Amino acid sequence: MSGRRALADVGVGETIGELRAEVDRARLVAYAAASGDHNPIHWNERVATSVGLPGVIAHGMWTMGAASTILTRWAGDPAAVLSYSCRFTKPVPVPDPGSAELVITGRVSAVDSSAGTADLDLDVRLAGTTVLGRARATVKLS
Amino acid sequence: MTAVDGGLTGRTYPPGEPFVVGREQIRAFAVAVGADHPWHHDVAAARGAGYADVVAPPTFAVVLAQRSDARLITDPAADIDYSRVVHGEQRFTHHRPIVAGDELVASLHVDAVRSAGGHAMVTTRSEITTVGGHPVCTAVSLIVVRGES
Repeated sequence: MSGRRALADVGVGETIGELRAEVDRARLVAYAAASGDHNPIHWNERVATSVGLPGVIAHGMWTMGAASTILTRWAGDPAAVLSYSCRFTKPVPVPDPGSAELVITGRVSAVDSSAGTADLDLDVRLAGTTVLGRARATVKLS
Repeated sequence: MTAVDGGLTGRTYPPGEPFVVGREQIRAFAVAVGADHPWHHDVAAARGAGYADVVAPPTFAVVLAQRSDARLITDPAADIDYSRVVHGEQRFTHHRPIVAGDELVASLHVDAVRSAGGHAMVTTRSEITTVGGHPVCTAVSLIVVRGES
């Protein structure tokens, strides 16, 4: 079973891979159920358009959650993520029929060898446009 | 005129009802966000790694944080129109991992209210602890209440 990445193997500026996350209406309904966020703008086209949105959009927290998988894959342990933050800068419209695909990449922005941590900056895009601002995490490595 | 009364700053809500973190809820949340690490799903693997049960994904604490924020948003005294609420920013600081079986409570603190561009920006902080009071996660949300256009 996987374990935590070693801090000694990590350098500032290195990339942490690429993750593609696909979202359709069914996934939003599953997220609504699992998270308890039942806001209808995330599943009801009529409500979404009535408040001025282009259509149903993904929960910002779905996008933040989907992006976090690149952190846990890279760190090797979901409990390694000490802090994680972002701004929700652009909506992610989710078509029906069809789906939207996010492309998530990241890099190491700092290493603190005394704390045993690395800071990571994430880049989360939909069709080339950034949808999360200042997406950052601190992970504790071994 | 702002959409929210600045007098909310400093308001606190004490720890609410205990929330029991379920194994199937962690699995369902992980599936919904595409979190595929085995320790979210496989009890034996999580225990083999030293955890008491399956481990929650990094954003799972939002389940508690949004319930906590709802105490403010639905408080008649706050006079917030939920249909105008948008999530602006989110931060999680984990003090220890959340695992299935945890019994957690959250206290809510309104840290700041400011107005910008006709909108109200409300910063809330949920301090999530075990029922015994041990810190688990600090979740800070920026809630934007859009002004009347």
